[in-house]
Amino acid sequence: MSITVKDLTHIYSPGQPQEQVALDQISFRIEDGTFAGLIGHTGSGKSTLVQHLNGLLKPTSGTILLGDTDITKAGTASRQARLKTGLVFQYPEYQLFEETVAKDVAFGPNNLGLSPEETDARVREALQLVGLDYEELKNVSPFELSGGQKRRVAIAGVIAMKPEILILDEPTAGLNPKAHRDILDMVRGIHESTGNITLMVSHNMNDIARMCDQVLVMDHGRLLMDGSPEEVFRRGEELKEVGLALPDSMEIARQIIEGGLALEGTFLTMEETADAIAAALQAK
Amino acid sequence: MIRDITLGQYYQTESLIHRLDPRLKIVATLLYIVVLFVVDDFLGFAIAYAGLETAIIMSKVPRRFILKGLKPVFLIIAFTLVINLFMIQGEVLVQFWKFHITREGVHMAAFMGIRLFLLIIGSSLLTLTTRPISLTDGIEALLSPFKKLGLPAHELAMMMTIALRFIPTLLEETDKIMKAQQARGADFETGNILRRAKALVPILVPLFISAFRIAQDLALAMEARCYGCGIRRTRMNEIRFEKRDLIGAIVFACFLAVIVLERFLW
Repeated sequence: MSITVKDLTHIYSPGQPQEQVALDQISFRIEDGTFAGLIGHTGSGKSTLVQHLNGLLKPTSGTILLGDTDITKAGTASRQARLKTGLVFQYPEYQLFEETVAKDVAFGPNNLGLSPEETDARVREALQLVGLDYEELKNVSPFELSGGQKRRVAIAGVIAMKPEILILDEPTAGLNPKAHRDILDMVRGIHESTGNITLMVSHNMNDIARMCDQVLVMDHGRLLMDGSPEEVFRRGEELKEVGLALPDSMEIARQIIEGGLALEGTFLTMEETADAIAAALQAK
Repeated sequence: MIRDITLGQYYQTESLIHRLDPRLKIVATLLYIVVLFVVDDFLGFAIAYAGLETAIIMSKVPRRFILKGLKPVFLIIAFTLVINLFMIQGEVLVQFWKFHITREGVHMAAFMGIRLFLLIIGSSLLTLTTRPISLTDGIEALLSPFKKLGLPAHELAMMMTIALRFIPTLLEETDKIMKAQQARGADFETGNILRRAKALVPILVPLFISAFRIAQDLALAMEARCYGCGIRRTRMNEIRFEKRDLIGAIVFACFLAVIVLERFLW
């Protein structure tokens, strides 16, 4: 299922003194199967945008098509479509509430009105997808788990609803480097196994450059850039102007080039940069 | 949604009433309430209202805003009016079926209605013109003489301040949790009372956990800054009784005197 957003505008408290334009005429399209990244400075409208994609917020004007269904219209079709978007909030572990891991993951499927057997099957599958052992954890309280495990359970709770679009709002915020890498590998794994759209909001340019096929850049409620990581990160100066940075791999390459060594490549990962440096040194 | 709820009814503006010492405002409000019960005729109420009206004009708080905050208590006033109107015995004015309205009833209903009205407007003017924080500071200052009797005045004021400070934080947290559960298909809007009450569990459990986490973090942060270690704490913003407060106190005292004189001389 593709996402098509057209002229999306959202104004908080319209007509009041504290009126604020959170989204200003945003248009973009994400094709099915894309791993997309959404970046922008704090307060640029990222969270507001993703909350529109599953109908938690209603736009002031504009349309959002999921596949062919306009979810900004009222009606059951749009509600059905909304449930096809799974949104994992920042720090999702704070939404856990059930006595056991299995019950918590089952909350979403239960709300969909699935049969107990189907729910159970989905819980198993979801826990497996996030890399947790169903048999070992099903009767454990989610509050006894480690931070990284809690987050996996919370993500499983969304995946168990089998969304056709998975949106993650800073899935690695506040995690240690190992848990950070593990969660990203897990997200990559889920994306590959489902083949659906994954949209990841992140502040980490390294992750965005390494993982995404398409990058959206937001600034002050407007969509500043929309393109492949190569296209977006080529505009490094503009990114810096809106408070963003280049991935480390590109920043290193840029400084080496400035220092006088000619490098060739896109430098989206450290490996690419290392190869480019090696190639340049050998050619010398 | 939940972000639209405004808390406390403080109205931000620049006025003499806003700048008055919170201690003076608290004491004056209490005295004003007492005086409303001293008054026993309509002339007294007229004077009391004139005083309140002056304060309202000086405070620059729009009338619309004052009345908006009164909506919930209008029901109480209406209830009092009806009870008084029908329950008082005396000279019958109107009669239908089992109900009768008496001259004494009308008098009493008007009397109580005005009293309640002035009482509520008078006390809401205090919260409209005083920041919650200065209000707790004022209460602490007023209660501090009782410290010798073992009253933990500072601790009480601190608790009130923290409670007020964390209402917006917890509201924000509730909003976040509600959205997260809605994203998992939770439905808070339909179904009977039992169903809706059950639907609150996924909000309340995470909210309580968050509240405990926030409380723990705050306690830790306070201890890390040695809160409670010093015997004599000083404050950054001392409440000072200034010349304008003295003038205000004198004016208010004269106003009280007029009302009390009216009560006993007429």
